[in-house]
Amino acid sequence: MNQPAALPGAPGAPTSPAARRRARAVLGLTLAVGVGLPGLLFGLIVALTPLRTVVPAGWSEGQVFLLHAVGLAVLAVVLVTFGAVVSGITVWWEMRVFARMSSRVGYNRVGAGGFLQWVADAVKLLLKEDLVPADADAVLFRAAPYFVIVGFALTFVVLPFGESLVAADLNVGVLYVLSVTALVVVGILIAGWSSNSKWSLFGGMRSAAQVISYEIPAGLAAMVPVLMAGTLSMQDMIRAQGAWPWEWNVFTNPFALVAFVVFFIAQLAEGNRTPFDLPEAESELVAGYLSEYSSFRFAIYFLVEFGNLWVMSAIAVTLFLGGWQVPFVGPEVYAAARGAPGSIPGAGWWGLQVLSMVVFVVKTLAVLNLIVWIRWTLPRIRVDQMMSLCWKYLVPFAFACFVGTLFWQLLVTAAPWAARATGYALTAGFLVTAFFFLRLTLRNVSAAGDRVDLTNW
Amino acid sequence: MERLILRRLQADGEEMILNFGPQHPSTHGVINFMVETDGEVIRKAIPDVGYLHRSIEKIGEQVGYPGFMPFTDRIDYVAAMFPNEGYAIAVERLLQVEVPPRAQWLRAISCELCRIASHLISVGTMAMDIGAFTPMLHGVRERETVNDLMEALCGSRLTYNYHRIGGVAFDLPEGWRDRTLRFLDHFDRFLVEFDRLISFNEVFVKRLAGVAIIPAPLAVDYGLSGPNLRGSGVDFDLRRDMPYAAYPHFRFQIPVGKGFVGTVGDAFDRFYVRCLEMAESSKIVRQALESLPDGEYMAKVPRRIKPEPGEAMSRVESARGEMAYYVVSDGTEKAARVRVRTGSFTAMGIVDAISPGLMVADLVALIASLDVVAPEIDR
Repeated sequence: MNQPAALPGAPGAPTSPAARRRARAVLGLTLAVGVGLPGLLFGLIVALTPLRTVVPAGWSEGQVFLLHAVGLAVLAVVLVTFGAVVSGITVWWEMRVFARMSSRVGYNRVGAGGFLQWVADAVKLLLKEDLVPADADAVLFRAAPYFVIVGFALTFVVLPFGESLVAADLNVGVLYVLSVTALVVVGILIAGWSSNSKWSLFGGMRSAAQVISYEIPAGLAAMVPVLMAGTLSMQDMIRAQGAWPWEWNVFTNPFALVAFVVFFIAQLAEGNRTPFDLPEAESELVAGYLSEYSSFRFAIYFLVEFGNLWVMSAIAVTLFLGGWQVPFVGPEVYAAARGAPGSIPGAGWWGLQVLSMVVFVVKTLAVLNLIVWIRWTLPRIRVDQMMSLCWKYLVPFAFACFVGTLFWQLLVTAAPWAARATGYALTAGFLVTAFFFLRLTLRNVSAAGDRVDLTNW
Repeated sequence: MERLILRRLQADGEEMILNFGPQHPSTHGVINFMVETDGEVIRKAIPDVGYLHRSIEKIGEQVGYPGFMPFTDRIDYVAAMFPNEGYAIAVERLLQVEVPPRAQWLRAISCELCRIASHLISVGTMAMDIGAFTPMLHGVRERETVNDLMEALCGSRLTYNYHRIGGVAFDLPEGWRDRTLRFLDHFDRFLVEFDRLISFNEVFVKRLAGVAIIPAPLAVDYGLSGPNLRGSGVDFDLRRDMPYAAYPHFRFQIPVGKGFVGTVGDAFDRFYVRCLEMAESSKIVRQALESLPDGEYMAKVPRRIKPEPGEAMSRVESARGEMAYYVVSDGTEKAARVRVRTGSFTAMGIVDAISPGLMVADLVALIASLDVVAPEIDR
């Protein structure tokens, strides 16, 4: 009986010490590149921040204008590049997680642990022919991807990466995010219509119905942290929360907890993620609004789809999960490290910035990972179920949370201990739930007779 | 054909005509459904089959009796043991050959393993068509082990060509029995895990419960067979009701649709009947391996097969319903007529009857729940 040898690294394959060493090296390299590359980009942002805020004394108005113009242009390029890179890394991460979930090896050829696969994919797509179907509305067909990528890239303007790391802290931050993300659906609708394909049309129509419907619960749920913080600015909403879980919006207010769930579901729907991936449902609509796209335009849609994961997670972290707040580091610590206004801040301040950025990135990646898990676990819901979920459940719940928060704020103003007590109670409840979930998972794993094998990483 | 179908559809007002196939991710092969839709709601869906017609029956009349065996694999490549078995039984009846018991047992073992492999694809693609990709890959993972076992048994992973007129091609290889039992131990646990992963997932149940209901009388009228018929609550299985091969010697249940989460005969029933059947197949393989008789695995069959003029019919319970062979001999070395009746072809007929009122997404669920394989429809 001649058995073909199992693929090296496949589950159940024999692991030699050399293979283990190799796996460890791959893991190390992967982590180094995975953390290093975004770290580099963040470094650029960090370097650019004082350009906008610190102007050397004695410069003329023209010089200052030039400085700001160049600084902002570089910043814009860096932010868009960051969006592209982060979506590439998200593809890699998602495919690795999915491969583990489905007992496969996954990306492992291009770069350490297949890390550079997204570069290879992008290059491949760029080299393809940019096809426009004969009967398509060529102008709209070509224009549609730009709406999508502009709607995506503009959100990065207000995404706070750290205590001072934000391109522009607009005083209408949340409204700004809700409005620019609506631009994406315009692009999808145009793509669906202009492709002149019935599948694309189905996809575009589904997407329009879905995104417009879910904007309402998402917007209402986002108003809950706005009410709690009393501001629309993203940075000020983070400053209104604390660093510890019991100081986060999601746990200090029971209505905010429900609002978080509503917001999270609505964000999944707005980002066309499973179980709401109806607009591009492969088994129903071939590829939905993407059916006729190829080459660079297809790459743009892909970039936005995966980059949106980061945006969705970052907004959820900002509104509900405490943002970049670091334990034991209050605003006075930042102020002390900052030094006198007008001077270049010292090394301590930069360290704090990096620390706050790390906290934010870790939280965002945790939420992102949750979205990836959901995608590869759940089936897709039907279009009528999608509508009834939105209008029958999410919208009423979001309204109830909104009104409930109004009363809750009255209560908290009268008795501030209520928020603290709720924070402790809900955090404890969350930890207990997480414990039982973990125990159930381990029990299921042992019942299936399998073991958790991470040598492939 | 297409023009005939178009004559039955109308797209004069709000309706749109949609070609659901022949190249579509969820038609499970090259089938076309011509769909008349009003938005997402289907007014009428008519299957347009024939894209994969390869004249299998005509080939059966051109090549000799043993020579046709490898071609039968191609009738249903997802479960290739059953066309093998059906053809072998039909020709054995023509020749009036007695198949030795060991061969009968080996046929049952190989067929039931093949049923497991086929149903794994079926329930996996069902989950994939509903939008969950992971369960499909878990199913394919288990199927790989079955394919390994089949490869060890007959040297082939997909088109087995294992059964012969008068028996089977090879005896069990050394150590195969223990490997199979180890796999079945793992597989029984896998079925529980699969149920937890997808079968009773809330979203999945909501998508399938009460969708595309086929009432029992309608199922009988349209000649559905196999799991599709049993999913409608009709308790009929050739293995028990018209026994052949070694099946009378095994104890097993015939799962029927009971409206597990909704109505009897809905898409979920057809899906879950297959899940339950896999567990029964596992039981049959265990029993067969325990009671495997010794002796020859091939009957004495003349080198040149030349049956007396006459006709024979065989019916086997394939993974996708009844597979029937009708073979007519005119006394020469080649059959005068070979006719194959398959479960997928009859299953396609009912799409026309139950599709009105479904949504586009439900049509996908309906096709997946009927578990059709395109080459088996067209042959």
